[in-house]
Amino acid sequence: MIRKLIGSFGIAEILLALSVLILVLVVAVPVILILWTALFVNGSLNVKDIVNILSRPDTYEALKNSLVIAGGVTFFSTIIGVFFAWLVSRTDLPFKETMKVLFLVPFMLPSFIGALAWKMLLSPRSGYVNKFLSGLFGWDGSLFNIYSLTGIIAVETMYLFPFVFIQVAGALERMDPTLEESARISGAGLITITRRITLPLMMPSIAAGALLVSLYSLAHFGVPAILGTERGIYNIPTKIYEQIYQSGGSFVAIRTGTILSSILIIAAGLILYLQSLVLKAGRFQVIAGKSMRPMLLKLRSLKIPLLAFSILYILITVVLPTATIFLVGSLKTYGIRFTMENMSFDNLKYILFQWKMTKDAIWNSFYLSLAAAFVTMIVGTLISYTIVKMKVRGKFILEFLGVLPFSVPGTVIALGVILVWSGKFGINLYNTAWIIFVAYIARYMAFSLKSNSAALEQVDDSLEEAARACGATHWQTLKDIVIPLIKPGMVAAFFLIFLPALRELTTSVLLYGPTTRTIGVAIYALNEDGETVYAATLASVALVIIIVGQLVIKRITRSRIEGV
Amino acid sequence: MSHVKLKDVTKRFGKVIAVNRLNIEIPKGECFSMLGPSGCGKTTTLRMIAGFEDLDEGEIIVGGKMFSSSFKKYYLPPEKRDFGMVFQAFAVWPHLNVFNNVAFPLQIRKLSNAEIAERTLRAITYTGLSGCEETYPNALSGGQKQRIALARAIAINPTVMLLDEPLSNLDPKLREEMRFEIKDLQRKFGFTIIYVTHDQSEAMALSDRILVMSDGIVQQIDTPLNIYQNPANQFVFGFIGLSNFLPVELEDGAIWIEGAKSAGPVNATLPLQAKARRLTLATRPSEIDFVHEGGVRGIVKRLTYLGDLIDYRVSIGDVEVRIQKNRKREIFREAEPCGLIFNKILWYERQL
Amino acid sequence: MADVILEKVGKTYGKHRILSDFSVTIQDGECFTFLGPSGCGKTVILRLIAGFERLTDGRIFIGDQLVSSATDNIHLPPEARKIGMVFQDYAVWPHKSVSENIVYPLQMQKIEETAAKERTLAAIHLVNLTGLETRMPFQLSGGQQQRVALARALVSRPQVMLLDEPLSNLDANLREEMRFEITRLQKQTGVTILYVTHDQEVALAISDRVAVMDKTGRIRQVGPPDDIYEKPVDPFVFKFMGISNFIPIEYRDGRLFIRESDALIGCPVPEGDMDRLQSHELIAGCRPYDIELVHQEGHTQGKIQRVIYLGATIDYRVAVGRKILRVQQDVRDAGQGGVPFRTGDSVGLKFRDLKWFENRGIDAEEET
Repeated sequence: MIRKLIGSFGIAEILLALSVLILVLVVAVPVILILWTALFVNGSLNVKDIVNILSRPDTYEALKNSLVIAGGVTFFSTIIGVFFAWLVSRTDLPFKETMKVLFLVPFMLPSFIGALAWKMLLSPRSGYVNKFLSGLFGWDGSLFNIYSLTGIIAVETMYLFPFVFIQVAGALERMDPTLEESARISGAGLITITRRITLPLMMPSIAAGALLVSLYSLAHFGVPAILGTERGIYNIPTKIYEQIYQSGGSFVAIRTGTILSSILIIAAGLILYLQSLVLKAGRFQVIAGKSMRPMLLKLRSLKIPLLAFSILYILITVVLPTATIFLVGSLKTYGIRFTMENMSFDNLKYILFQWKMTKDAIWNSFYLSLAAAFVTMIVGTLISYTIVKMKVRGKFILEFLGVLPFSVPGTVIALGVILVWSGKFGINLYNTAWIIFVAYIARYMAFSLKSNSAALEQVDDSLEEAARACGATHWQTLKDIVIPLIKPGMVAAFFLIFLPALRELTTSVLLYGPTTRTIGVAIYALNEDGETVYAATLASVALVIIIVGQLVIKRITRSRIEGV
Repeated sequence: MSHVKLKDVTKRFGKVIAVNRLNIEIPKGECFSMLGPSGCGKTTTLRMIAGFEDLDEGEIIVGGKMFSSSFKKYYLPPEKRDFGMVFQAFAVWPHLNVFNNVAFPLQIRKLSNAEIAERTLRAITYTGLSGCEETYPNALSGGQKQRIALARAIAINPTVMLLDEPLSNLDPKLREEMRFEIKDLQRKFGFTIIYVTHDQSEAMALSDRILVMSDGIVQQIDTPLNIYQNPANQFVFGFIGLSNFLPVELEDGAIWIEGAKSAGPVNATLPLQAKARRLTLATRPSEIDFVHEGGVRGIVKRLTYLGDLIDYRVSIGDVEVRIQKNRKREIFREAEPCGLIFNKILWYERQL
Repeated sequence: MADVILEKVGKTYGKHRILSDFSVTIQDGECFTFLGPSGCGKTVILRLIAGFERLTDGRIFIGDQLVSSATDNIHLPPEARKIGMVFQDYAVWPHKSVSENIVYPLQMQKIEETAAKERTLAAIHLVNLTGLETRMPFQLSGGQQQRVALARALVSRPQVMLLDEPLSNLDANLREEMRFEITRLQKQTGVTILYVTHDQEVALAISDRVAVMDKTGRIRQVGPPDDIYEKPVDPFVFKFMGISNFIPIEYRDGRLFIRESDALIGCPVPEGDMDRLQSHELIAGCRPYDIELVHQEGHTQGKIQRVIYLGATIDYRVAVGRKILRVQQDVRDAGQGGVPFRTGDSVGLKFRDLKWFENRGIDAEEET
C-alpha cells in the first residue's frame, strides 16, 4: 500500500503539495495565529478576558457602530442599487448605456478619497457647502455635519451601491424574457409580474449584492477613519488600528485587536456562507438563448424627471467630490476661495518632484503593487491549475484555503501578518516593505485564484487531451496549449490586483514604517496632520493614476478579445 | 365563420419586411402549423397573434373580436387575450412549485380558491403530472417541465392554444411522445391550435393544415397530404421531405439529363406550358425505380444502410441522384451500373 | 496499423462499476464501432484505450505492445501510444491556425520541418481543406473544424484512430457527408478505426463490425452490421437498432395466436420450439415495415387507431386484440391516391420475417 502511494507520486501530487504549502504559509497561518492569540493566553484558553474586553465601553461601542453602519449602508445601497438597475435594464430611459457606465464609476474610486472630499464639503463650519448655504440663507453654517454615523453611512453607500447594481442589472439582463411573457399571456399586468415573477427571481442576486456590501462595510477602514475618528466614532477596523498604534503595541492592545479581528473573521465567514447558499439557490437562472428583448416599461411622463434624477445623483455623488479634490488640491491654502489667483500647479509640482515623503509613497505603491500583482498572478495560476485540472484527492483543502482570503478583511490580514512576521518565527519583516508585500499577496490571492480558475475552466479538457493524443507530454501541453489560452485570464488577474493594491489604505495603514508609506497611507497621514490641501493634491494624483490605469486595462483587454 | 383570422398582416423591422401581407383563416378546432426555416417570419407572426408584437398593417381577429388593427389603431395587450401559450424554453417559473405554476393564470383571474384548486388539479391530471404538485421545476426533467407549461396553458380552458416550437428542446423519442399528448389534449378539449415549428415531420404528423413560409411570404397553405404530393413551388417541394432537383434540357424532341446525353432520354411527358429549353426535374427519392435494363443509365456511387432503408447515390454524368428503397429490395451494389425510372415528376423553371 | 485487444477489462469509479470482464478483439484495419445508450461505458472504453483513464482490471494491447495492465501496474501515457483521436467537440485549438493544428503531432514526433510541412499539406488535401491552411478555427464551420480534427489525427500515421461521437454536433446533411469522408479516409489509409456512438444509423453505415452494449456495460452482440440488424440475438439489440414491435405469442391447436386473443398469426412455427412456445418462453419481434396491411378477411384482424401521413411513409397504430402494433407503409405500396386506411377501419395484417427471442420479461416493457 505504501509502495503504491509513493510510486504513484506524480506531477499532480507535487503541485498539490506545493500549492498547499504556499497557501498555508501566506494565508492560513496569519489567520490561525490571530484566532490563537485571541483565544489563548500563555497556552491556555481564556474566555473571561474576551468577555471583559468586549464589554468595555469603547470596544462595545465600536461593535455597535460597525453593525449600525453596515446595516444602514446595506439597506440604502440595496434600495438605490435595485432602483437604478431596474431603471437601466427595464425601462426606456434614454442614454442607458452611458448611465450604466457612469453608475459603475464609484467602483473605481477609493472611498476614502471620497470621504476626504465630503469632509471638505460638509464639515460643520469650514465645509464649502455649509459655508455656501450659510452665506446664501444666513444660517449658522452647521446644516450638514459629515462627522457622524449618518455621514459615514451616506458616503459608504455612494461607493458600495454598485455591488448591488451590477448583480441586479446583470441578472435582469440575463433573465429569460419568456418567463415574464408567459406571465403576461397568463393574464398578469406589469405590477403583478414584477411582484410575483421578476422580484422573486431577482432575490438571489439582490441578496448576493447586499451581502457583499455588508461584508465590505464591516471591513472598511478609510471612511470611518476620516469621518469618524476625530469625533470618537469607531468601527471595528478603526478600533483595531487605534489599539495597535495608540497603545504602543501593549499586550492588551494586541489582544483586543485580535479579538476584534476574530469577530470580523467570524462575521465575514458567516456572510460568505450565506452568500454561497443564496447563489446556489439562484443557480436556476436561465440564460436567454434567443435574442428577444425583455419587456420595457414605457416611462412616458416620468422619463425626463427620472433622467434628471439619475444625472443629478451622478453629479452629486461622483462629479462633485472628484471636482472638489482637484480644485482643493490646487489651492494655495485651504479655505480660501476658488479664484484663478488662488490656484496653481505648484502643489502638484511639489508633491511629484520635490517632497521626498510623497515621492517615496508613489514609488513604494507602484513597485509593491507591481511585485505583488506579478507574484500573485504566477502563484495563482499554479494553484488554480491544480484545483481545476488536476485529478488528485485532497483538492478540497486548496479550494477552502483559496476562498479563505475573501473572508479575511484587510485589517485582519495586516494584523495576522504582523503577528507572524514580527520575529515570532525568527523572521522580522516589520517596518519593511516586505511585510506589506506579503500582506498584499495574502489579501489578493483570492482574486487571482478566481480569475485564473474562470479562465482555466474555459479551457476544455478535450483540448488538453487532444494534445496528449498528438504525442505531447503533460508539460508540453501546458506550454503549447493551456498557457496561451489562459493568458488573457492571467493578464486580467494581474490588473485585478495591481490597481486595487495601488490605491488601497486599509492594509498598509497598519503595516507602514517611516520609509514604506504607500499612496493611501500618505494621503491619510497628510489629512491627519491637517495638511488638507496637500492631501487633496496627492489624492488627485492618485485619481489620475487610477483612471489612466483603468483606461489602459480596457484597451488591453479589448484588444486581446479581438485578437484571439 | 373562422375562429382566427389574419387580414393583410404586415410587420417590418427597419427595412426588412419580416411578415408580408399575411392572410390566414383558421376554423375552430383546427390544428394549424406554421412551418419554415429560421427567420422566415413564423415566430413573429405567432408573437403578433399573442400580442407581444404589434403589427404594422392589417388586422387580427379572434372569435369575432378585434385583437389588433392598424386601421382602427387598436391593440389589445397580451394579458387580455385569453390565450394558452407554450414556449420553446418551457418558461416555467423556478420559484413556484408545479401547483402554483399551473394555478397562476387562474389566480390572476381571481377565481375562488375552490375553483382554482379544482381546475388546477384537473389540468395536472390531464398532463400526467399527478403527484408532482408540490415539486419544484428544477427537480423535473425537460419533458415534465413542458407538461407543466401545457397544464398551465389549458387550465384556463382557452379557445386557442399558441405553441412556439414547444418540442425542439426535447430529445427525439420524447418529442414523438409529446406530439401525441398534445393532439390528445386537443381532441379532449376542442381548442384551436396554432403551432410554430421548423421540423417538417412534426408539422406533417400533427397538423390538419400547414402554412409553409419563407422570407415572410406564404408559399402554400394546405393539408399535409397535398403539400407533399402537390407542392406549390420548388421551395415547398424541397422543404418537405427529401428531394432530387435534376437539371434537364430538351433537345431533339426528348428530355435529357444535362451533360449526360449518353445516359439515355428520360421517359416523361412535359406539361403543356413548359416553354424553356432547360428545366429542373423534381422527384422524390422514394419515387424512383431501379431497372437492370433500360431507363436512364447511371452508376451506383454510394450505398448506405440506414436500418430499414437503403440510401443510394447514383451518378448520371455529373449529376447525383438520391434514391431510397427498403432494404428487403436491395438490388444493386456499389459501382454497379443501373437504370432509373422517374415517377411522380414535377417540373420547375431553372433557378440560377 | 494494428490490432487492439481488450482482455477482461474492468473499470470502477469509486463505488460505481462501469465495466467488468470486458473482452473484445479488434482486427487490424477494420472499422469497429461500440454502439450503446448514453452511460453504457462506451466512451470509457475509448479513454482506457487512449490512456486517459487507468484500468482497474485486465489488460489492453495495441499491436504487440501491452499498453495497460492493472495487475502489473503498467500504464503507458497517452502521448506514447501512437494513436490519433477525434473528440465530440472537435477540440481544435483556437489559438492555432489550421496548419498549425495539423502539424502539431509531427512537431511532437520531432519530424524535420520540410517533411512535416509536406505531410501536413498532404493531410489537408486528404480532408478537402486545401486553401484554408492559414485560417483560424473561429473562421471555420463545424464541419470544417471536424475535418481539421480528422486531419490532425491522421497526419502522424497512427496505428489506431479513436473517434468519440465526432458527428453528433453536426446537422443531418453534414453528418451524412462526414460519415462518407471517414469511410473513404479509412479505405485510403488502412488505419484501424474505433468508433463510439449511440446513433445506430451511423454504426450501420460505416462499420465493418459493431459491438452493441447495454446500460450495464455488457456486450450483447458483436458482428457485421447486417448480422446485427437481421439476426439480433436478443430483444435489447432488436429494439436498439430501430422501431420494434414485440408480440407475445401463444401456441394453440397447432397454430400461433397473439396471446390471450383470437388473433391469428399466419406465420410458420419456428422449428423445434414447440415446447418453449407452449410455456410462453418465446416472444416475437417485428419491424413496422414487416407488417403488411390488407383489406381482405382471412388474415389477422385489427383496427386502425391512428394514421399519420409523413410524406414518403404512412405510420399506423393498429390494435390487435389487446396489443397495439406500429406499422409503417411505403406510400407507393399504399397504392395511388394517398392513404388507403383511416382511423377506425378494420384491417387485415400479414406478418413477415418474425424474429424469435427468449421472453425475459419483455411483456412488461412493450412498445417502441
